[in-house]
Amino acid sequence: MQTFFSIAIDAFAYGMVLFVISIGLSITMGLMRVVNLAHGAFAMIGGYIASFAAQDLGLGYAAAVLLAVFGTVVISIPIERLLYRRIYGAPELTQVLMTIGITFCIIGIANYVFGPTLKTVPLPPALQGSADLGFRSIAVHRLFAIVCGLAVAGALWYAIEKTAFGVKLRASVDNAAMAAALGVRTEIIYAVSFAVAVGLAAFGGVLGAELLPVEPYYALRYMVTFLVVVSVGGAGSIPGALLACLVLGGIDTTGRYLMPEFGEFFFYLAVIAIICIFPRGLAGRAR
Amino acid sequence: MKRAIIAAFAAIIMGNAAYADTIKIGVVGPFSGPFALQGKNFKAGIDAYTAMNGTTIGDDTVEIIYRDLPAADPAQSKALAQELVVKEKVQYLAGFYFTPDAMAVTPILKQANVPLVVMNAATSAIVTKSPLVVRTSFTTWQTSTPIAKVAHDAGVAKVISIVSDYGPGIDAENAFKAGFEKEGGAVVEAIRMPLSTNDFSPIMQRIKDSGAQGVFAFLPSGPTTLGFVKAYNENGLKAAGIKFFAPGDLTQESDLPALGDAALGIQTTFHYAVSHDSAENKAFVEAASKAIGNPAELSFPSVGAFDGMNVIYKMIEATGGEQNAQKAVDAVKGLSWVSPRGPVSIDPESRHITQNIYLREVTKADDGSYYNKEIQTFEKQGDPGLAAVK
Repeated sequence: MQTFFSIAIDAFAYGMVLFVISIGLSITMGLMRVVNLAHGAFAMIGGYIASFAAQDLGLGYAAAVLLAVFGTVVISIPIERLLYRRIYGAPELTQVLMTIGITFCIIGIANYVFGPTLKTVPLPPALQGSADLGFRSIAVHRLFAIVCGLAVAGALWYAIEKTAFGVKLRASVDNAAMAAALGVRTEIIYAVSFAVAVGLAAFGGVLGAELLPVEPYYALRYMVTFLVVVSVGGAGSIPGALLACLVLGGIDTTGRYLMPEFGEFFFYLAVIAIICIFPRGLAGRAR
Repeated sequence: MKRAIIAAFAAIIMGNAAYADTIKIGVVGPFSGPFALQGKNFKAGIDAYTAMNGTTIGDDTVEIIYRDLPAADPAQSKALAQELVVKEKVQYLAGFYFTPDAMAVTPILKQANVPLVVMNAATSAIVTKSPLVVRTSFTTWQTSTPIAKVAHDAGVAKVISIVSDYGPGIDAENAFKAGFEKEGGAVVEAIRMPLSTNDFSPIMQRIKDSGAQGVFAFLPSGPTTLGFVKAYNENGLKAAGIKFFAPGDLTQESDLPALGDAALGIQTTFHYAVSHDSAENKAFVEAASKAIGNPAELSFPSVGAFDGMNVIYKMIEATGGEQNAQKAVDAVKGLSWVSPRGPVSIDPESRHITQNIYLREVTKADDGSYYNKEIQTFEKQGDPGLAAVK
């Protein structure tokens, strides 16, 4: 029983970290219909900025996180205006080629500017160390990641389902021409959504840095995992992504505990099974 | 008259043959991509050697030609080696970070009449694939065997082995198991985990549940090592007194700033620490730091490359610049010299380097940086892996 709880808590923490990083991708792919393979690169930029702010500028953790999120958004604005705007509504292949190209450019620049070594974001004393849960100890920053993940999920769900902006966003996604005819400034809606997605990527990059350390190949190394989460959850669905992260985190963690020599077998078996039964993901909507 | 002209031509041609003016060395390594840091270290080691010893040997000038092989890719490795031999006419091949890449080149050496000096690839079997291979790095067996004795001497009887599921990981597991069981200890469990593992908490739980007093680990350096060491601390294993043993790949100097306090006190065995205290190493580190730009990026492949260049220079001296692979290799069999890592020699039998293996502990220096402090020396270690493979 103790083992069961141990695995469950590990799975939950891992799933929430995955969620925070992947949800931005789910928004770009599901709501904006852009296959954004540069998502990992934005998460990486966030990690680098936070690491630079905390280690070289000596800022506190909270300031470093804020700087990372806003800094990444600021960097992404010219990229969105000059590059992404051309590929909205373009065929997937064009989008993939463009965004993978952006990814390679960012990898090269990161390698040149920050060097190929690992970077970490130093944690404040309050998040260091481990907390005793009675039956086992868990790192405090993992609990923090769980809380952040839940907060992000709640806030996004509220913004998309309950606010006027959410209504306009959903309208623009379903029929951009009609929404524009009704007076919705779709360009602004898209730009804001893109900024939110990028900001979430950066936030996830910082929050997950303990688990997925920042280095130039971060941008590609974890991209497959993020894409899997989005496709299993159903692009654009927040409850779907949350469910996918918890299910996949659970299967991955259990498999790794009980049968590590099978590697990622169970993870991908689960992915294949889910996609066979739900081709649009757990909560994907038919187009 | 005609005869005189022919004679003059013949004299010029033969004269040219007698002074082979430029000797080319082809170096294959990962100079871009995820492993670029290791390639950079190759280059730093080579540049340090040429800076300290010049680029002329007798009348001959040495020219180094680099070829980039970003990730393990045997087919591409062979193609690059062939291109170097056929088009660039290199007399020596060197470098090679990954085992499969080095293995892929061994079949062409004899026909090309070119020796191969392996500067990193660490699987025991490479030297058996061709009599023209010499290795100046280390093998995973060589660096992992002494830690078994260290573990036993620390009073640990039961150890769990955790390795990444790939060639060097399995080598490390076998080496440790063989060494530790010989000492009278028991490996209670041996887990091989996938290379792409990011979250090590479940593994840490396995270690706790196994009841082992110590853990032996081998992972490729970089992000995975960082995650593993952090998980070891955060899941309370360090606090619970479970000891951590590993070969030095895990605490290579370029990763130490990121590992930080999490790595303090970890003991590893390896053939080279940048902090090694000797006049030779001081000179080497100074030259190599200048070559690499950022001294924090310097780590073990640089010394493999530095000693590899030493071997090649000796080969060129022995053959007088003439292309004769067998003679060149024979000339360095049994060669011994003082490397930045300590006294070393080329074993005449296996053509692998015999060297001291050091036990090191990650320590914080006075200026707040971290380094591998050598605390014990295992002298003149050969490669136990070859005997085990046979």
